Amino acid sequence: MDFAGQQSLLAPLVKTPEVVVPAGIAPAYWEKLVPKDNPGTQAQVALGKRLYFDPKLSKDGTVACATCHDVSRGFGDGRNTSEGIGDQVGRRNAPIVLNTAFFSSQFWDGRAATLEEQAKLPIVNPIEMGQPNGAAAVAAIAKDATYQKQFQSAYGRAPNYDDMGRAIAAFERTLVFLNAPFDRFLSGDPKAISPAAKGGWMLFNGKARCNSCHQLNSSSPLGTDNRFHNIGVSARHQDFEKLARSALTSLEKDSSAAAIDKLALETDLSELGRFVVTRNRSDIGAFKTPQVRNVGISGPYMHDGSLQTLWDVVDHYNKGGETNTYLDGGIEPLALSEAEVDQLVAFLFALTDDRLSAQNTREQKRQATLAKKQRPFRDTKRANREVLPFEAAKGGK
Amino acid sequence: MPKRKQERPQLLGVKSVETRYLEDRQQLYTALKSLDRRSFMKVSAAALGATAGLSAPHGFQPISVAHAQTKQGKAQKFNFAYISDSHLYERKLNDRFVNQLMRAVDDVNALDPQPDFVFYGGDLAQLGQPKELELGAQILKTIKAPLKVMVGEHDWYFDMGEKWRELFGEPTYSFDHKGVHFVVLNSVVEKDFWTKRKLTPMERMRTVAGLDNGVQSSFTVGDAQREWLKKDLAKLPVTQPIVVFSHSPLYKLYKPWNFWTDDAEQVQAILKRFKSVVVFHGHTHQLLTNRIGNIHFHGLLSTAWPWPYAPEGMPELTVQMGRPDPFNPHDGLGDGLVTMHPDGMADMVYNLWNRNPVTISKKYMATNGKQAKPAKPKLRSY
Repeated sequence: MDFAGQQSLLAPLVKTPEVVVPAGIAPAYWEKLVPKDNPGTQAQVALGKRLYFDPKLSKDGTVACATCHDVSRGFGDGRNTSEGIGDQVGRRNAPIVLNTAFFSSQFWDGRAATLEEQAKLPIVNPIEMGQPNGAAAVAAIAKDATYQKQFQSAYGRAPNYDDMGRAIAAFERTLVFLNAPFDRFLSGDPKAISPAAKGGWMLFNGKARCNSCHQLNSSSPLGTDNRFHNIGVSARHQDFEKLARSALTSLEKDSSAAAIDKLALETDLSELGRFVVTRNRSDIGAFKTPQVRNVGISGPYMHDGSLQTLWDVVDHYNKGGETNTYLDGGIEPLALSEAEVDQLVAFLFALTDDRLSAQNTREQKRQATLAKKQRPFRDTKRANREVLPFEAAKGGK
Repeated sequence: MPKRKQERPQLLGVKSVETRYLEDRQQLYTALKSLDRRSFMKVSAAALGATAGLSAPHGFQPISVAHAQTKQGKAQKFNFAYISDSHLYERKLNDRFVNQLMRAVDDVNALDPQPDFVFYGGDLAQLGQPKELELGAQILKTIKAPLKVMVGEHDWYFDMGEKWRELFGEPTYSFDHKGVHFVVLNSVVEKDFWTKRKLTPMERMRTVAGLDNGVQSSFTVGDAQREWLKKDLAKLPVTQPIVVFSHSPLYKLYKPWNFWTDDAEQVQAILKRFKSVVVFHGHTHQLLTNRIGNIHFHGLLSTAWPWPYAPEGMPELTVQMGRPDPFNPHDGLGDGLVTMHPDGMADMVYNLWNRNPVTISKKYMATNGKQAKPAKPKLRSY
């Protein structure tokens, strides 16, 4: 038998998919992590990469995944909330796509269980990429001969919407950025991070209580508990009760994934966070704990991008968040001094992967300058419990 | 072996003709007590027929006499909410529990439709200090619905109820609402362990607030209150739905932690003759469910901290909540809502702040846990 014939016999006997396993991740763990039907072969990753940067997927050909998850901006967009087709602005801040393979749910409110599901929703969201449905997105690229070939070799089928999601997810899973100065410090190099950052690491696990939700250790490398917490970010300007009631009314009519996606991005109901998914009172205003990895380059912060610097973030926690009925039980005033706030921020900037260190340094300088000018969320009286949250809430009643 | 004759199973929620007849007759008799002459003429014929067993069952339902309604009235479905065990400290020492009580108040104020009343299950204060109780009263004042309060041991043993009475009145009382007779007890009466030992009020309070100390005696309802309870219930028919509120569970669960009422059996004996009795108790800070004959027991959630489960004596009906998350001080806490049905049975909803709500339905209770079983939590009990 000729060699080609032999090889075609061999193929089904010994399956060796060229799965791309990111450096530093144990193959056995990776196998558990990725879905069986989307192992992330070279072909799948290549297809996903092309789709990620292809604005043809959007209704007017102007927006790609990379528009809001811009490689030059730490795979985010540096905006408070993101802009889609036709200059429309949504209600949510674009999270960075780095390390998202390790999350147990996607989106700020966890409304998608997998990267595959996540990748498909923005394409058909009216204000993000605006396609009327998945078929329209497929039609936009289906005539392209290279795409046809790529889909064939990646999934053995003609272009279709589900495989589009799979391919984008396969590409995103290769974006593992877990190699920061902090990791070198943990593995025994005392000079890897500054003394201020070391102090910040102590505070992170101690007085500042960050590790209540951002568990950061070898078995939880992202620094997230994958849960949802109300820390009061939008409590300043929202009437949660009224919002929740109107959310229930509209979800009773339609609670499909697409409907939830629209609520989250287009209306004030965005502020309800996880509640829109579970309709459970205790999830009102709760959002997913984001990773602390690469946090230096992922500003502005929080689900609505309302905090501009990491100093603002620490100030927010320091005063015990914003008081509201659903405030998570672990949030309380921390009484951090100015020096301690600076140490914490120094530590947070030590969590950015070495490959992005130039961006990180630029951003650190920019934020430091901004923080010297404005610290709108600093409230020393509340941080030091001179004014208690409940007294502030009741107006001294 | 001859097969034993199967007893006919009692169909749940479907009353037999005989039962309905007897209930109607009972209602008529209660109504007769408050009749004026004219209305009496209206019903007497039916009544005579009924007593003689001549009239058809249900023969006197259509006859409603305007003021023949006793204060019990006709049973109907209604809701009440509950909050319990807030253990407030002075502001200097701890404001977390204050925030948590306020969260519970916000919860019940947000209920739509509003509950008929809100019941507070005791232990409003941590060390019975007047300041703590005043703070609690101030927060409870912001509840929109009418409020009913019960006393717990943490509220009582600093000044033996002096401040409590000033704020909330007598700790033992009963009231009727939409056909249900409610009884509120002070079940945390202890034998005098302090006089002989010459303890100060604060020492006495701290002893009671501690567990497992071997100094204090067990909680009781006590002779005086049991007499009062007998009198209070004496005139009521066996069909009267009864709800009892007690701070400690009215059964014996675990003595070292005072999850225990020493004269529980005697209190149960007083309640035995009624068809349907539901007891709601605070003190245990956890999901807790028990049934002894006709009496159903439901523990209330705390707003301050969750207790672990007792190492022995756990009632089988309890759907144990998993171990609370030590990183989330709200986990295992909450408040809740009770739906009272016309048959005197209750659906108990535990509104947990960090988890999905759990409903212990009347069906679950009536079938001894065979049906309508709430989902088992993923986390192990603790």
